[in-house]
Amino acid sequence: MIGDLYADEELERLDRDALRALQLLRLKKTVEAALLTPFYSKRLKGVGITSAEDIRTLDDVRKIPYTTKDDLREAYPYGLLSVDRSEIVRMHASSGTTGTPTVIYHTQKDLDQWTNMTVRSLRATGCTKEDVFQNMMTYGLFTGGIGLHYGAERLGMLVIPASSGNTTRQFNMMKDFQTTTVHATPSYMLHLYSRMEEMGYSLKDFNLKRALIGAEPHSEEVRQKIEELFDIDAYNSYGLSEMNGPSVAFECTQKKGMHLWEDAYLVETIDRSSLEPVEEGEMGELVLTILIRTGTPILRYRTKDLAAIIPEPCSCGRTSRRITRIKGRTDDMLIINGVNVFPSQIEEVIMKMPGIGTNYLIKVRKEGTLDKLTIHTEVGAELFTDNAQDLHNLRRRIVEELSASITIKAAVELHEPGFLPVQQGKAIRVVDERGSVF
Amino acid sequence: MKVKQISVFLENKNGRLSEVTRILSEGEISLRAMTIADTADFGILRIIAEQPDKCLELLKQHNFTARVTEVIGVRLDDKPGALHEVMQIFEDNKVNIEYLYSTLMLSDDKVVIMFKVEDIDHGLDIIMQNGMEAITAF
Repeated sequence: MIGDLYADEELERLDRDALRALQLLRLKKTVEAALLTPFYSKRLKGVGITSAEDIRTLDDVRKIPYTTKDDLREAYPYGLLSVDRSEIVRMHASSGTTGTPTVIYHTQKDLDQWTNMTVRSLRATGCTKEDVFQNMMTYGLFTGGIGLHYGAERLGMLVIPASSGNTTRQFNMMKDFQTTTVHATPSYMLHLYSRMEEMGYSLKDFNLKRALIGAEPHSEEVRQKIEELFDIDAYNSYGLSEMNGPSVAFECTQKKGMHLWEDAYLVETIDRSSLEPVEEGEMGELVLTILIRTGTPILRYRTKDLAAIIPEPCSCGRTSRRITRIKGRTDDMLIINGVNVFPSQIEEVIMKMPGIGTNYLIKVRKEGTLDKLTIHTEVGAELFTDNAQDLHNLRRRIVEELSASITIKAAVELHEPGFLPVQQGKAIRVVDERGSVF
Repeated sequence: MKVKQISVFLENKNGRLSEVTRILSEGEISLRAMTIADTADFGILRIIAEQPDKCLELLKQHNFTARVTEVIGVRLDDKPGALHEVMQIFEDNKVNIEYLYSTLMLSDDKVVIMFKVEDIDHGLDIIMQNGMEAITAF
């Protein structure tokens, strides 16, 4: 049965030695492309790498310094581009902690390679051309939506590019087009279920078979809950825009960890303090090198995501090793309804408002099954004018600017002085009240 | 001529208003008027007190966000049409009213209406020019 679920059986079952040889070949090609970028030509030459020939074995990758989010930001906008701009056919961007976005450029060939990975991932979960695929991830600069879109089309599924939100319309389409496969955040799946009955639907209106869930770290319990509620299979996935997006790693029908497609990515796990490799099987920060993109080569990217490599082969026969669920992050990034948000992005918006200063608290909590972001601030003498409209305007401005910068609709609560905790030492301005469910 | 109104920011939360009245009571502040502009989650309490400076001081001491706002108190006869008369004058002379409210008691058979207007000097001029009476304090 599993034999039917390969997109490219030869590649997916390549024996480990051949896979490593392929990785080395592709790593060299990636280093060659990297040397053409202003950013890496300087950095690689700094450590004595002047040509792809300086990489002789896979272990030589460790000569290359790590790349961080800050590096990508520093290279904005064209520092990581390795080809002529006319070769680029698409870009994706994510905003960063300081407001400078990070940009990833793709050539047509890069996109084709990415699509190969998404086709492979979709097949691994059992998707076929008979399936109707309703993509409930946000389309746009964020890679979550568009990332699986093209793979699903190439696979021949009927693709409904629904994007996120608008629960009523999601239900309508699930019913009218008898959607079999959805792609959504786990919290949105739970949200859908919580609204199903009141919106006049029941499970028998639908033909749902599977959900591809991702963009949010979540527990095994949450996956099982989604499976039980909808009576479907739910598959975990992992991706990040720096590494293309969805389909860096995906679960197969065995549902025992996510296959990290090693012909496309070189994976390392490191100790986040010493930055030395941890033992295979131990938890560490994922460090990824993309082997299938030349438009924007990125070498040894520190993802900040914590996971372990599962060394044992999977019973499905694929030879790409699996990684565990993402256990958390090494920085303070929040994931709010699937969107990555750094508190500093919120702070930046708030600091721009006159009269607030550092007088605020950011809270994230669950409202039903969705995440709710609330900004609490105190109304002190600088803000208070005897005019309620001024306060309403301030609140509206914060909501609008947050929506523009992090695409999240926040609530703003105004309090009397004394509401916020008195700060001692390092100020705590972010409170995540969601617990450990996700 | 201008009357000092004390404006206080209040959360819509149990006990906040009584906290204010407790503080003012303990400070032996005599109130002449009080009104609340209420929104979904906060309110603005506006107070006319016989001792506005002390009232402000007490509230600030208790960590309330409070400030002085200048308003006009117009003395009117306690009869039908009296309020309309002053409203008409304000309208004719383009005095923009942000809000108004009445005080707690009559003074010499007159009623005092508090007006918050956009341009208080202009508003007071208009009152004077029309032979009406603005109070200076209670």
